[in-house]
Amino acid sequence: MPNDDAVISLKDVNKWYGSFHALRDISLDVRKGERVVVAGPSGSGKSTMIRCINRLEEHQSGTITVNGTEVSNDVKAVEKVRRDVGMVFQQFNLFPHLTVLENLTLAPVWVKHMPKAEARDIAMRYLERVRIHEQANKYPGQLSGGQQQRVAIARSLCMRPSIMLFDEPTSALDPEMIKEVLDVMVELAEEGMTMVCVTHEMGFARTVADTVVFMADGQIVEKNTPAELFGNPREERTKQFLSQIIRH
Amino acid sequence: MTRLALPSETGEGLLGGPVAWVRRNLFNTPVNIAATLVALWAVVRFLPPVVDWALVRATWVGDPAACRAAGGACWAMVVEKYRLILFGLYPYDQQWRPLLAIVLFIAAILAAAHPKCWRRWLIYAIPAVLGVVGVLMWGGLFGLPLVTDDRWGGLPLTMILAISGIVLSFPLAVLLALGRRSRLPAVRAWCVIYIELWRGVPLISVLFMASVMFPLFLPEGVTIDKLLRAQIGIILFTAAYLAEIVRGGLQAIPRGQYEAADAIGLSYWQKMRLIILPQALRLVIPPLVGQFITTFKDTSLVIIIGLYDLLSSTKAALSDPQWRAFYVEGYVVAAMIYFVFSYLMSQYSQYLERRLSAGTRRG
Repeated sequence: MPNDDAVISLKDVNKWYGSFHALRDISLDVRKGERVVVAGPSGSGKSTMIRCINRLEEHQSGTITVNGTEVSNDVKAVEKVRRDVGMVFQQFNLFPHLTVLENLTLAPVWVKHMPKAEARDIAMRYLERVRIHEQANKYPGQLSGGQQQRVAIARSLCMRPSIMLFDEPTSALDPEMIKEVLDVMVELAEEGMTMVCVTHEMGFARTVADTVVFMADGQIVEKNTPAELFGNPREERTKQFLSQIIRH
Repeated sequence: MTRLALPSETGEGLLGGPVAWVRRNLFNTPVNIAATLVALWAVVRFLPPVVDWALVRATWVGDPAACRAAGGACWAMVVEKYRLILFGLYPYDQQWRPLLAIVLFIAAILAAAHPKCWRRWLIYAIPAVLGVVGVLMWGGLFGLPLVTDDRWGGLPLTMILAISGIVLSFPLAVLLALGRRSRLPAVRAWCVIYIELWRGVPLISVLFMASVMFPLFLPEGVTIDKLLRAQIGIILFTAAYLAEIVRGGLQAIPRGQYEAADAIGLSYWQKMRLIILPQALRLVIPPLVGQFITTFKDTSLVIIIGLYDLLSSTKAALSDPQWRAFYVEGYVVAAMIYFVFSYLMSQYSQYLERRLSAGTRRG
């Protein structure tokens, strides 16, 4: 049974790429306002799982429900889910042919049919929040990686999503830029945004997350509070992974 | 493209003057020295005879006898026949209409080429211009005498075929390219079949079929105008080639762009129109314009189905036994007209590339 106050609910989700079993019986509930960090070795299915939530990937069995809407082949349902769910990518994926401001106003204007002036105001407000408003009329290619990722976060926020998905948002950044992006994410978490975040930043997981999900080989191995999962891991596979990243 | 260093950038050029520039840029390596010498030799060998023929000994006005006496180019033939070359068999006293059509076309092209005019109305303005030209040429309205299209010819006909061919095939090509990458197998299959079928036949046979075979399949009493059939043939043919060029552009766009557009909630058509196509088309401007130039020049193939485009009307002008000997001059003029349009298109494509990449260059 899906949890009643869950805004995201995955139930026995399976996914294959050809014969490769990428997700195995994934079940996970995310409450409103919950901050979930998904950790695990590469190839464990973390990204695949969160990409199934907004249907960038299709799952083959099981059910995924977002704010009461089941994610399925129904285009209307998928569009509704995508309006509610913002996503930040590892490679930023800003639109290089549009200015920063145009990147931000595009979806509100075209998807929500918001008047241009209003979309602009909202965009400028979010750019200020991610401390990059002076770059509004530049093109993404003129910004640093950290700046681009903050723009990408602001772009998602402009749609006023109730849930934010982060797919390794700091993995493509130079070390000195990671903090500026994490700072924005921490602020967002403090404001009560529901977040599902795939990341290798264990410091972020420790300070911000309500729940840490550890995945390996397409399965959820262990799920607990950060204090418990990092301090007292129950599964052998989790211990092994943690010892590796700590040694590293 | 390698770019030569400007003297002002290196500093020494300002002091060294032209001799230093020549030495640095034309005689700096053995290969460059050889290339410079060959180019010089070609200029010395061929330029004087051409200038002598085309200008010095040329006859600008006069009859064939005067031309023969002078021994140079007989531009008098072109002066005598230019209206036939430019307007074909269009009634002589009505030729202001095709002339106005040419002016309209050129004005429309210049407007469409200017970034200030890249507004929504342009999408409606271009078919509107085609319509106005059609009415102007055909007549039968507003007191204009009717001139059916079997009497159209020359440059306006070439422009009608080329501009309609390019403008109308382009949206079809975009749809075909999108269809070929569609997730729906039936759509994809139809687009592949269409593209491969049309690319598998030469344009000349398309025109021939449109002209000779197609009417055989029509029910008795139904006729479709020959010019229209040829025009549709050119549009459908060109679309197949353009579609493959556009597809190349679509494939060059990183998957992340599609995903980001999906993730912010754009619909398929919004995603394509706002995110993917603007980037994809920008990437394929050089081959697109290449295909436009090809289409423009290929309209001369309508000669085989008896339409009097620029090249055919030049040929017609040369059928006058008096002037027949001066066919070289006639074809040189026709070639120059083709060249001017093709060259401007190619220059414009370079301008467009520079302009569109200015804002987005990675820095």
